[in-house]
Amino acid sequence: MFRPSTRHNLPSSSSNPALEVKLNKRQSGIGAGGPSARWPYRLNFYEHPPTLDITLEEFETFAIARLRILSHIESLSHRSLPYAQIASGITTYTKTHLPLSSNTARNVNLDEERRRDEIGHWVLRLAFCRSPDLRARFVRTETALFKNRFETDDIHERAAFLRSLEFDWQIVDESEKATYATELRSCMSWGTKDDQFKAESWFKVPWYTVPDLVGGRRVFIRAGMAYVPQSLQISLVLQAFASRLEKALELTAKNLPRLDEDERLGPVIDHLASSFLSGLGASDYQPAEGSGSTSAVTAEMVDDVARKHFPPCMKNLYERLKRDHHLKHFGRLQLGLFLKGLGLPLDEAIVFWRRMYGATMSDDKFNKEYKYNIRHSYGQEGKRANYPPKSCQQILTSNQPGTQDSHGCPFRHFSPENLTTFLLSSYPQLDRGGAEMREILDSVKTAHYHVACTRVFEITHSVKKGEGLGNAESVSHPNKWSDRSREMEKEVLEGIKRKEDGDEMMVDA
Amino acid sequence: MPIPVRDEPMVDYDPSSPQVMNAFYRRLFPYRPFFLWLNQDQIPAKLFTHREFAFTLAGDVYIRYNSFHTADEFKKEVVRLNPARFEIGPQYSARPRDRKTLAAGALQPQRRELVFDIDMTDYDEIRTCCTDKKICKRCWGYIAAAVKVLDHSLRETFGFKHLLWVYSGRRGIHCWISDPAALDLNDDQRKSLVTFLEVIKGSKEQSKKVNVRGSKDEGDLHPALKDALEQLKTSFVKLCLQDQDCFQSERGWENLLAILPQDRDVIGPLRSKWQADPGRPSDEKWGDLVSAVAMLKKNQYPLFQKFQRAMEDVVLQYTYPRIDAEVSKHRNHLLKAPFCVHPGTGRVCVPVNPDLVDEFDPDTVPTVGELLNQLDKAPVEAADGAKRIEDYDQTSLKPYVEMFEKHVAAILRDSRGAKRAFKEESMDF
Repeated sequence: MFRPSTRHNLPSSSSNPALEVKLNKRQSGIGAGGPSARWPYRLNFYEHPPTLDITLEEFETFAIARLRILSHIESLSHRSLPYAQIASGITTYTKTHLPLSSNTARNVNLDEERRRDEIGHWVLRLAFCRSPDLRARFVRTETALFKNRFETDDIHERAAFLRSLEFDWQIVDESEKATYATELRSCMSWGTKDDQFKAESWFKVPWYTVPDLVGGRRVFIRAGMAYVPQSLQISLVLQAFASRLEKALELTAKNLPRLDEDERLGPVIDHLASSFLSGLGASDYQPAEGSGSTSAVTAEMVDDVARKHFPPCMKNLYERLKRDHHLKHFGRLQLGLFLKGLGLPLDEAIVFWRRMYGATMSDDKFNKEYKYNIRHSYGQEGKRANYPPKSCQQILTSNQPGTQDSHGCPFRHFSPENLTTFLLSSYPQLDRGGAEMREILDSVKTAHYHVACTRVFEITHSVKKGEGLGNAESVSHPNKWSDRSREMEKEVLEGIKRKEDGDEMMVDA
Repeated sequence: MPIPVRDEPMVDYDPSSPQVMNAFYRRLFPYRPFFLWLNQDQIPAKLFTHREFAFTLAGDVYIRYNSFHTADEFKKEVVRLNPARFEIGPQYSARPRDRKTLAAGALQPQRRELVFDIDMTDYDEIRTCCTDKKICKRCWGYIAAAVKVLDHSLRETFGFKHLLWVYSGRRGIHCWISDPAALDLNDDQRKSLVTFLEVIKGSKEQSKKVNVRGSKDEGDLHPALKDALEQLKTSFVKLCLQDQDCFQSERGWENLLAILPQDRDVIGPLRSKWQADPGRPSDEKWGDLVSAVAMLKKNQYPLFQKFQRAMEDVVLQYTYPRIDAEVSKHRNHLLKAPFCVHPGTGRVCVPVNPDLVDEFDPDTVPTVGELLNQLDKAPVEAADGAKRIEDYDQTSLKPYVEMFEKHVAAILRDSRGAKRAFKEESMDF
């Protein structure tokens, strides 16, 4: 376990020859530049906790530096950017805030960089091992950081690093390669020419060690073994990195209460964990405080608000509900939480849903099977968690709609023909042959769903192109659409009122 | 519910009556193999003692987080509670029944059979014989096709051995995989397996629900899907073109045209031809399409290929297993236990042999009423000395229990083998 201590309360450094050596090494490393025995490679699996001594200040600053990187990575990945853009974003950001050079770099203190990197990682482990949620986020972002470094690493150094890890991957021999030639070939997404096939080699691993490749159908699988080509090796490495880190974090969490630690560290660690949480809540939706621009909505008002202020996904759900008097589970959840975010209080929500289900459902059935879920989503039942409305990110990526479902994002989950018909019928401002419509469908084709949605907002609210929800913000949350829409309506109304007041005053004068 | 009268008058046993269910639980439920199946050992292990059972009692009362020390304790509680049905959850990190005494978050699901659920409702848009809760021998064809493909893929591709297929009592089928490798899968791994297997995706508003060829929709099929496609081609002809006649109605063939590439020169003539002759059966319509596409081969090869791929996708969309993905993804999902009685139909959830799934007829599955009648007629137990026979051996439940016992025996053989190997290894040290 990590045991930080300041220099002067070390027992006595001369009595500990091992430590002496390490300290000397570090000192000798300064200025020399070459890699030391402790950090022979730029990449690090962080298998062995550092046993060197550090100052309290370093403890905190190294951790904060790394935390900044991780937060940046997380916010980049929330912005649904193309992967190349995320990768270059991470690279430039780490270069300035937490540089880590390869062995070939000159005029750099490699040891110092690697020490910073390692210590930062281990301190954050202490901060992030506490809850499953924090652990998951830490593993995700650390893996992204590792991936970025792995991809940008020097080829020879990377190969040496991989050898040092001693994975027991089984290599597919030539005869087996020949047996499954057609199958292996059809999983080669990068090209199926003969020489490419000849040049490639495969590893054989149990399929569950590479879930991402399996989920994407990117590898051939037979009898429980996945055939991973050399070029996809990275996912094997990442998987190993993530699963080892996850296990280590769980172990740390178990031992944390027993950690015989200095009471000066507790507050630092607490602070680190909380700042990670608060800095990254941005993708969650926080309803405006007080009456502000979004005032409460009652069950009667929903229909009117839906007509004027609902984004496409919610409009679709609402229309379905009106027509069928029923929605499947995830549809209810998506719409229900959205309405909650809109300011529909619990008792009004119950009235609303009761009314929408109509006579097709008996009161008894409603009370028994549906009321609980509504109350649950308002944090009144079960573990009483106050669930936030779903963001676009969640709607796009989690709980994909099944064949009978109508939730999800119309831009992503409708076929182009149905999307066109739907948009035309819900937003009369759009025009079938118009340039805007084409633009929207083009964005959909390139999988820029939020761009398409933002464009619909701009057109229906007569906002200049590129302005989005104000200040070029694109739609990232259904509730943000509605809030902005209602805010704009209010501004217009106030404008008219002011004008009327002005007119009256003129008359008075 | 009325039970057909056979040779002599029978008592009308109603599956919703508590006495009937009680008799079933006391006399017919195969506790011994059921326990061994979950526990994979003779002595109660964590796989049983830390396992969650959830009971649904009469009046929709639902009791979760039950767990039991022994098979006898389980039996006693089932007979006492007399549930309408019960479900099986995962093995937790502690005994589920102790959950109130545990620290928050200490009760985590750990191991669980990999399960699949296929339900007829997901086929509503493509079956023409029944809708909603109904099922007949004809629509079972879809389930049969699905079972064959899924069974093949789980065995050949993923290398699982111990698959138990169970009729769900009304209109679906479940699959339980008891291999140690399957028990150990975490949620991420389960999810990736399901994503690998899942082919039909998309909401109501998406007409083409098969998109498995990459973003440009022109890649090759994954070898596993190619395998499945070969298996499904015959089912498609027999099931969709002939039996179900999926493209007979206007809605049916418009759905087909909507999935194909939107090329006016091919689609237009087909549509007008079919409109002119609305009674044209599906196999002839499919023949029309095949010959129209064949015409493209010479001059418009890329378009020909596009149609070929689209037609393969049609076969997948109409016959590939439509699994309820959420059931399989999470270890803590509860699934109804085998040998429960479906409260609506009274039918017992019996194991199904995947090799004979075509012959399986949901209407011939024994109901709890029939079984109790058979018991009534069975000779009174022989006097002492004779080996005691289980009650279910005197009913038509017998072959199903035997099938189940055979399955369980295979699991036990493997787990004993594994344990012995482990012991020998540890002796080596």
